Formats: sequence, C-alpha cells, structure tokens
Amino acid sequence: MSGPAGPVDPADGAGPPPVATADVEDVELDVLLEAIQRVYGYDFRNYARASLRRRLWRRVTAEGRSSLSGLLEEVLHDPGAMERLRVDLSVTVTSMFRDPPFFLALREQVVPLLATYPFVRIWVAGCASGEEVYSLAILLREEGLGDRVRIYATDVSDEILERARAGRVPLDKMRTYSSNYLAGGGRDGLSRYYEVEGRWARMDPSLRDGVVFARHNLATDGTFNEFHLILCRNVLIYFDRILQQRVHQLFDDSLVPLGLLALGARESLVGSHLQATYETVDAEVRIYRRSGT
Amino acid sequence: MSAVRRLLVVGGSWGGITASQSVLRALELPADAATALVLHRQPIRSALAEVLGRGIGCPVEEAEDKMPLAPGRVYVAPPDYHLLVESGWLSLSTEEPVKYSRPAIDVLLESAADAFGPRLVAVILTGASTDGTDGARAVRRRGGTVIVQDPRTAEQPVMPQSVVTAGLADVVAPLRDLPAVIARAVDRAGASA
Ligand SMILES: C[S@@+](CC[C@H](N)C(=O)[O-])C[C@H]1O[C@@H](n2cnc3c(N)ncnc32)[C@H](O)[C@@H]1O
Repeated sequence: MSGPAGPVDPADGAGPPPVATADVEDVELDVLLEAIQRVYGYDFRNYARASLRRRLWRRVTAEGRSSLSGLLEEVLHDPGAMERLRVDLSVTVTSMFRDPPFFLALREQVVPLLATYPFVRIWVAGCASGEEVYSLAILLREEGLGDRVRIYATDVSDEILERARAGRVPLDKMRTYSSNYLAGGGRDGLSRYYEVEGRWARMDPSLRDGVVFARHNLATDGTFNEFHLILCRNVLIYFDRILQQRVHQLFDDSLVPLGLLALGARESLVGSHLQATYETVDAEVRIYRRSGT
Repeated sequence: MSAVRRLLVVGGSWGGITASQSVLRALELPADAATALVLHRQPIRSALAEVLGRGIGCPVEEAEDKMPLAPGRVYVAPPDYHLLVESGWLSLSTEEPVKYSRPAIDVLLESAADAFGPRLVAVILTGASTDGTDGARAVRRRGGTVIVQDPRTAEQPVMPQSVVTAGLADVVAPLRDLPAVIARAVDRAGASA
C-alpha cells in the first residue's frame, strides 16, 4: 500500500514503529468491503487482496484521509466518493490484439475447430472497452467465419460497456495495435478497419454486427448460454482463489462438450478443481479444451 | 513442502540484470526463504528467467498468477505485469504502470511489506528511475529491512540514491558486499519474527 509516510527515522538500523499493524489493517479492510457490499451491493470481498489494497490506499490518499476506516466513513455517507472508489477499483487496461501470439494461435489452432460448427457462439467475459472484441471480430472476418458467429461481450461495468459499444480507440495507440495485429497473423493492415475521427479511430460499425454487449457480473451472475469458445483474459487475476473457482465452474457450465477456454498470458487452470477435465490445446498461450462429456 | 517464513525482494532497473545476477550467484539464504524480483524491461516475451538462472544454484522462474510461494525459489515478474506478494502466494496485475514501469518495484515492495512485515528484506539495486522509493517506505513502515546498493558502485546511481536520500536505507553496501549483507539481514528477519 502507499499510505502517507509514517515518521521516518534516520538510517540507524532500527525501523520506525509501524503506523498500523497489518492485522489491524486487515480488519479495516474486511469491514470496508463488507459495508460496501451491504450498502451499495458492490461485492469486492473475493477480489485479490494485494492489488485491491493498493488501489484502496490510492483513494484514501486522494480523498485526504489517512486510513481505510477514514475512507469507509466517507464512502458510507457520500455516494460520490463510492463512485470514485468504484472506478479506482476496476482495472480496465486493455489493448487491441493484446499478446499477439495468442491471436496467432486463435487463427491457426482454434479457427479450424470452430469452422466445424454451423454456427458459433463466443463469450468474451470481462471485455472492458472492447478492444479485444473488435480484434476478435476482425480475425474471424479474415478467416471467413464472420457471418457465422455471435459474440457475447460482457463486463460488470456499464460505463465501460458504453465505451465498448461506441467502438472508439485512441488514435495514438493505433501504431502499436497495427504491429500487434501483424504479429498476430493479420492479413490486410489494420487501417482497413477504422476511420480517423479527430484523435480517435472509429472501428468499422459492421464489425459489431454479430456482437451483443451486455452486463454480466462474474462474481454473482449465472450462466446464460452455451458457448463454443470463452475468452476471459486478465480478469481472473483480480479475483482470489475462491472466486476463481466459482468462475471456472461457471465457464464449465457454459461450454459445450469440447468447448474451448482462453485465459490470459500468465493465467492457467493449474491448481483449479477443473484442471483434470480440461486438456491443454496450447500451453504457451493458455488455451484449454473441455472434455467431451 | 514447508512454508516460506521470510522473503527477499529485489528491485533493479538499468544495469539490474547484471547486478542481480552477481548478487544471486553468491547469495546463500536460509532454507525457509524465497526471493521475488522485479527488473524493468521491455514488455516483450523474453527468457529473463532463463538468463538469470544461469550460474545461480537454484531455480528461477517467471511468476504465474496465484503461484504458491515455495522455499528456495526465485520468482521474476513477467513482462508487462505487476508482481504482487500475498501471504502464501504471488499474484499478478495489469493495472497502470507506476513511475512509467510495469512491472514496478514499488508495487512488489508495498504488497510484500503488507504480507511479510518484519520478515521481509528489500534490496534496491542500480537504476535510473525513482521506482522503489515508495516501496522502501512501506517496507520500513511495516518493520522490514531495506538494503541499498551503494550508488557509487551502481551502473546508474539514481534509483539507489533516491532511497538513501529519503532516509530509508538500513544498510548501504557496495555490490560485492551485498550477498553477505543480505544473507545476514534475512537471517535476522527470521529471528525477530
Ligand atoms: C484488465 S481488464 C481485461 C480486458 C480484456 N479481457 C483484456 O485482456 O484486454 C479486466 C476487466 O474485468 C472486468 N471485471 C472486473 N470484475 C468483474 C466481474 N465481477 N464480472 C465481470 N467483469 C469484471 C473489469 O470491469 C475490466 O473491464
């Protein structure tokens, strides 16, 4: 955490007394999350603690407070402060063709499997501002699957879904995204798929034709369809192991037999209760396949 | 598998690969300690773990999300992810870069300070940024130990100097003395717990 600096002794070998012990802070943290859940219905109780704590402390400092309890008092009595905290707590960092080797594997290993179905349903869980969805839509179009696919793109945040629907990407990022696209096996040049609008690249609206953007909370909501492929990249790292297990189960319930699950570059099913029922399609880029039964 | 009772965290930037290699190579830690490492680098896949592992007597591996901490191991942050320490395991995050860096040394040190308190030893090596200073403050605040490479022996003195200037260094030592200094501090970190 990055709380206010405690008094710092000169470098005499003895550290300063801790301002609050880690144990006390843990209690404050539990109380804060419990209260937010009960008052506002936002459930962060099973989010990974270390990064959650860090982002909470950022808000403590920004609100001019000095402890998690101080922040609690503020958010309980001021919905505006809760709103600011909620924004801080969601990490929505994303990019187009993030981790190009993954997109290359999608083209070379996954598309041939999907092509065996007459109609394909894909779930992008935790789609953030949509860059991943547009990347996927471009890839599927180039591989000739475009009109046979429906993509369900979900996220917990309404604001971020609004941005995803708008399909506007900061223009200054497009250079990096173009090279990602090419490294991911892109065939044409990314500029074919957008128009410049001031400082924005507006993605070709027809890419959205087979896409449904909808709100879905992985921590609380259930399954809503059967999918041939689920992408959930860089979302589960924000959850603790209990919530990760819940979501793995949710995905398991939402995949057709032999359905595919794609996780982020440093995420895996290792240690999950479902590990045994999945085979690894590509260990390097974290693509798994559910067993046939 | 026994639990990790004390943790060494190391941060390095410009020149950090060579420096951390020379430290790790000569370092002997108690059997109940593990090491986590953040080195600033380009956000591309690379064989850093492999490069670092050469000549070091213990396994070096790139951290995975929720990987359990095991004694005797060295974990490095993967490119483009922050590495965080929880009480018995590691986690990753893609939140914003801190001081232009992802992975950031501050993020590793702050989370490790919460999880290990006085059982933590942090080392700041060569580098040209100020990443690590806020982290060192958190380590001290939780009762951990901060060791800094003597800036005069650093390829880039800015990073270690920043910690020294902030008054956060428990020990400042030249690169060649670091392995012995660190080993002593980790030994003590276990005793005070
Ligand atoms: C780091 S982004 C990942 C975006 C994209 N999948 C990628 O890899 O680039 C994480 C997203 O997960 C969403 N998220 C966090 N908690 C969630 C939950 N409980 N249910 C659904 N989405 C959630 C956040 O709103 C955020 O947009």
